[in-house]
Amino acid sequence: MSLWEYANPVKFLGLSARVQPYVWGGAALCLIVGLGWGFFGTPDDYRQGSTVKIIYLHVPAALMAINAWFMMLVASLVWLIRRHHVSALAAKAAAPVGVTMTVIALITGAIWGQPMWGTWWAWDPRLTSFLILFLFYLGYIALWEAVEDPDTAADLTSVLCLVGSVFAVLSRYAVKFWNQGLHQGTSVPLATGGRTVSDVFFYPLLISMVGFGLLFLALVLYRTGTEIRLRRARALLARSERGA
Amino acid sequence: MIALLRRDLMLAFRAGGGFGLGLAFFLIVTVLVPFSVGPHPDLLGTIAPGVLWLGALLACLLSLDRLLALDYEDGTLDLLATAPLPLEAALSVKALSHWVTTGLPLVLAAPVLGVMLNLAPSGYLWLVASLGLGTPALSVIGTFGAALTVGIKRGGLLMSLLVLPLYVPTLIFGAEAARRGAMGLDATTPLTLLAGITFGTIALMPFASAAVLRMTLR
Amino acid sequence: MTLRVTDLAVARGGVPVLDGVSFAVEQGAALILRGPNGAGKTTLLRCIAGLQPPLSGQIDGAEETIAYAGHADGLKAMLSVRENLTFWAQVFGQRDISDALAAYDLEPLQDRLAGTLSAGQKRRLGLARLMVTGRPIWVLDEPTVSLDAAAVGLFAAAVTAHLGAGGTALIATHIDLGLKAHSFDITPFRAKPSQRSGASDEAFL
Repeated sequence: MSLWEYANPVKFLGLSARVQPYVWGGAALCLIVGLGWGFFGTPDDYRQGSTVKIIYLHVPAALMAINAWFMMLVASLVWLIRRHHVSALAAKAAAPVGVTMTVIALITGAIWGQPMWGTWWAWDPRLTSFLILFLFYLGYIALWEAVEDPDTAADLTSVLCLVGSVFAVLSRYAVKFWNQGLHQGTSVPLATGGRTVSDVFFYPLLISMVGFGLLFLALVLYRTGTEIRLRRARALLARSERGA
Repeated sequence: MIALLRRDLMLAFRAGGGFGLGLAFFLIVTVLVPFSVGPHPDLLGTIAPGVLWLGALLACLLSLDRLLALDYEDGTLDLLATAPLPLEAALSVKALSHWVTTGLPLVLAAPVLGVMLNLAPSGYLWLVASLGLGTPALSVIGTFGAALTVGIKRGGLLMSLLVLPLYVPTLIFGAEAARRGAMGLDATTPLTLLAGITFGTIALMPFASAAVLRMTLR
Repeated sequence: MTLRVTDLAVARGGVPVLDGVSFAVEQGAALILRGPNGAGKTTLLRCIAGLQPPLSGQIDGAEETIAYAGHADGLKAMLSVRENLTFWAQVFGQRDISDALAAYDLEPLQDRLAGTLSAGQKRRLGLARLMVTGRPIWVLDEPTVSLDAAAVGLFAAAVTAHLGAGGTALIATHIDLGLKAHSFDITPFRAKPSQRSGASDEAFL
């Protein structure tokens, strides 16, 4: 069984329908456990007080904001190379989820930072990079909406995603150069050796991250399904107008 | 290719407002800034490099709209697509003509406007160098944005939204180079990084722009 | 160079419009495309000219050999007639525009700005452009729109001269040009509504 089978819209809808309940369930479970444990079950930080708890929203959201864009990049490449409609629509479906995650990351970042930095917004490199990512998302979504022909829209937005990714990476370094920043360094380094956030905070954080990941997956499956049905409705309409 | 360049330059001359639009906007921004932040010479001098860079960037953005739209409307793009000239080369030439008609005048006008904003004496050279190195990138990236939105009705605003985040690295390094120069510091690092972005985009973006244009012409 | 089209299917906006089109145009010959408006003649010609890919099928003899003239003339209003022609000549690697000016009676108008021309004069200039491309195969979509009878005569003469010099012409038109040419009706090749030949929306059913 190859993954490419699910490039067929009908098969995708079938798989999605079977899988979604588990993904939604898993997401709900992880989020409740992770956020509940995090907010109510962990002690206040001696320095940052209880606002540090916002980390359980902020870090997973920020992570998903980036992962969503990465997923869109891969989906765009698949569309450009193999012309699988499901892939193009999955990218389209993921974008609003990604932009929401970005906004959550920005807002929670501001809330978290305010007591520490004394200001609601600071042009810290990481926050600024997320702001730029937000603009990239907006442009991507706007382009999808602006082009009439769905296939041309898929083509154009795919190239935009590719070019945007290159510039997003460039911007990340440029912004770091531009301002050496207030962030504390990575809270959850990718290699699991060494954590700057102590263990008692780490496990709820991990569970929340998994929860956000599952939530993203569930939302994208659901929205891709909607996009597929929308195209199907268009095709049926076009067919009936031609008098088949 | 030369033919295309000559034609675009001729058209820019004759359409009147080809050269003038960007310059006029640059002037307007420069004049309005002191009104909005106050006339204190020290403040103006500090923000002058950034303001001039920003003004140049926005002026470039303004004139991108018509770069490809006119050729699309009168069928020239279709014909160019069937010509022996590769579309990538044609778009590079278009970016070049945009730079000559918009970017270059801005680079030349910048020192004059710098006087009005009380730019520090050491800053003039670095301002012109950074704008000279950076505005070609703005033209090339802008051509990509124009190609992306050429088939869209009223695509100007959308194009601005798409292009602005792409402009950020160039703006950061360019303005930083100008700023450091104005403060008397060594500005070679940002200038080199700026040059890297410019040459990279000149070499690579035409391929993306041509690909996108072909998608729209289908 | 024979222009040969084999089993071609083309789509417009993702919807297939023509299917199974096959024909060949020999050197020195012309083919007239006929069919009702909206049938897909423009789409077919654009496909042959290389502006859009076909859904399926094959086109032979079309690489770098085609000069296309569609509905828009590709003229710049602020350039003179001569400057417009010279531009296209240079893009296509030719030098001489005097034949083209003569053939369409544009010599008296050489230095007029293209924006000041009448519709018929603009169309004559657009057709003259084909002559300066130096390409053997002319693909024309409704070339005689806005032309008066005299101008149509000039056009027919130019095509005949082109064919006589070994060129080829593929013309979509409703009128009788008085050319010695075969006719090809595309009506039988219109894609049936129930056909699923890979159109974008159809893939979702």
